Amino acid sequence: MKRYDLIIVGAGPAGLSAAIEAAKKGLKVIVFDENEKPGGQLFKQIHKFFGSKEHRAKIRGFVIGKQLLEEADAAGVKVELNATVIGLYQDKEVVVKKGDEIRHFKGDSVIIATGAAENMVTFPGWTLPGVIGAGAAQTMLNLHGILPGKKILMLGSGNVGLVVSFQLMQCGCDVVALVDAAPRVGGYGVHASKISRCGVPFYLSHTIVKAEGTDHVSGVTIAQVDDKFKFIPGTEKHFDVDTICMAVGLSPMSQLLKMAGCKMEDNPKRGGQVPICDEYGRTSLPGVLVAGDVSGIEEASSAMIEGRMAGLVAAEYLGFMEKDELDASLKELDDALMGLRQGMFAPSNRGKKIEKTEEGIDISSNLLKKGFVSDDEIERFPGVTHRVGVHPVMECTQNIPCNPCQDACKKGCISIGDNITSLPVVVNDAACINCGMCVASCSGQAIFLVDEDTGDGMATVTLPYEFLPLPEPGTKGKGLGRDGKAVCDAVVVSVKTSKAFDKTNLLTMKVPKEYAMKARFFKAEV
Amino acid sequence: MNSVNDRSRDIGEFVPEPDDDMLICRCEEITKGEIRKAVHDGMWTMTEIRRYLRTGMGLCQGQTCARLVKGIVARELKISPAELEPATSRVPMRPIEMKVFANEAADTKEDW
Repeated sequence: MKRYDLIIVGAGPAGLSAAIEAAKKGLKVIVFDENEKPGGQLFKQIHKFFGSKEHRAKIRGFVIGKQLLEEADAAGVKVELNATVIGLYQDKEVVVKKGDEIRHFKGDSVIIATGAAENMVTFPGWTLPGVIGAGAAQTMLNLHGILPGKKILMLGSGNVGLVVSFQLMQCGCDVVALVDAAPRVGGYGVHASKISRCGVPFYLSHTIVKAEGTDHVSGVTIAQVDDKFKFIPGTEKHFDVDTICMAVGLSPMSQLLKMAGCKMEDNPKRGGQVPICDEYGRTSLPGVLVAGDVSGIEEASSAMIEGRMAGLVAAEYLGFMEKDELDASLKELDDALMGLRQGMFAPSNRGKKIEKTEEGIDISSNLLKKGFVSDDEIERFPGVTHRVGVHPVMECTQNIPCNPCQDACKKGCISIGDNITSLPVVVNDAACINCGMCVASCSGQAIFLVDEDTGDGMATVTLPYEFLPLPEPGTKGKGLGRDGKAVCDAVVVSVKTSKAFDKTNLLTMKVPKEYAMKARFFKAEV
Repeated sequence: MNSVNDRSRDIGEFVPEPDDDMLICRCEEITKGEIRKAVHDGMWTMTEIRRYLRTGMGLCQGQTCARLVKGIVARELKISPAELEPATSRVPMRPIEMKVFANEAADTKEDW
């Protein structure tokens, strides 16, 4: 039986981060992962992450994955792939299957970072081929380059449902509807807005009645539900689809911990069956730690910090660092984690109905019910101002922990301040030079550069554009409103691409000036 | 004693529902009706349900259905799913062929 100072199960964001920290302190570390590729879910995440610089904000998930693997490699971490941990016994014995063999390892400490599995909901026809998890769809698209289908209905308006819907559209799929039984959109408003303005209708307080088809999905019926989640007769709607994606939450994969004898609890706030642990991942078993979704569903950015915490705790547990050094490091990571756990989507606010922003502004009710901020609501947010010449319009209307736009503008036009969740404010005396860095830096694609009057009765709107092929300058089409409906004629003036924009292209369109504050997307005529 | 173990509690008669033929555990092909009936047959814990019906004992090892089965059993018992303890976790955590399970690698191997 081979011995390691630290054995980590799961090479996702939490596991790799833990491995890097521990290895840097001198621990001999091995990471097991049952998949053929490391990185957990990171390599499917083609969107830019939220947060601040220390959380690797505005970097795309798969790039963060590459960074972690390089850091792990440099720190001397061994990552063993296709290695399925089938058992965790008391005294930290880890049983691993690789190929057609079983091997046993002894860890002086063990970190379980196995992540989570997708939840399903049932309805007649839910076992038909074509009903898949949103995460499965994302794996097919972004890891294997396969379209799960052509016409898709997404169930679930949390960030997973919203992000995967957008990625399906980027791959050329037609997302016919986004459906959620809850009365309000669960994920970030900016994610909802970017799919709304492409024309995807939202059906809140709706759920699936049945999937239709004989040997695969050929259609779906949804209906409205009342406040007790019972169908309201007569509200049925049918869609022809070949795929139904479910983004209805995740469950921690905590079975190894239960098997090892950790004290467990069923905690709906943390996603289900989770180990009882302290804020740094210490379970009831000395030397057995947890990090990431397995100890409570959050997201990759916080998983990375939790991983680093657990890695350091393991190092101190084994005497590789002093207690006071650990405390100092944990304090720093505490602050970083606190930064992410703020705002209206903070874990402590889960399930609460938030009606006002931290600034005291009424939250857009349209955003929560239909997925977009209506024209009469948008003006009340501090990122939306008017002035002569090109200026940024930041349609960021919810307090989320994210601030790359503030650093992106070298001219100081944008201010968020020290509170990372504050809404961005336009600084009035700073001159916008139309560089577009703010537009490209916004992970929520919520910043536009608008010149409300170009002198010829027209206006220009520059918007983030992540679809291929890129339209040529001169392309005629329609300006789409925030609700995705055509509001005016539009012509593409330019499409800017730059390494600094990191694949977010800047499309500038000319529209009649009365639509300067209404047109937010471009659709070419076909 | 929690309410789950109090077998003297009256949970009423089994009442058929229109979606009783819906598959819940796809690996072992167990329907919603079979799970509900099992509760009325006296299977009140996840472990009992699993042994009685084989739900969650197929290829996916309950990854998909465990939560669904729990919800159905809890509803039938008129309790919150959080009150139901999940079934025991055992080695092997993932489906594995017996010939592999029994194939211990030689300890002399030093490659990893």
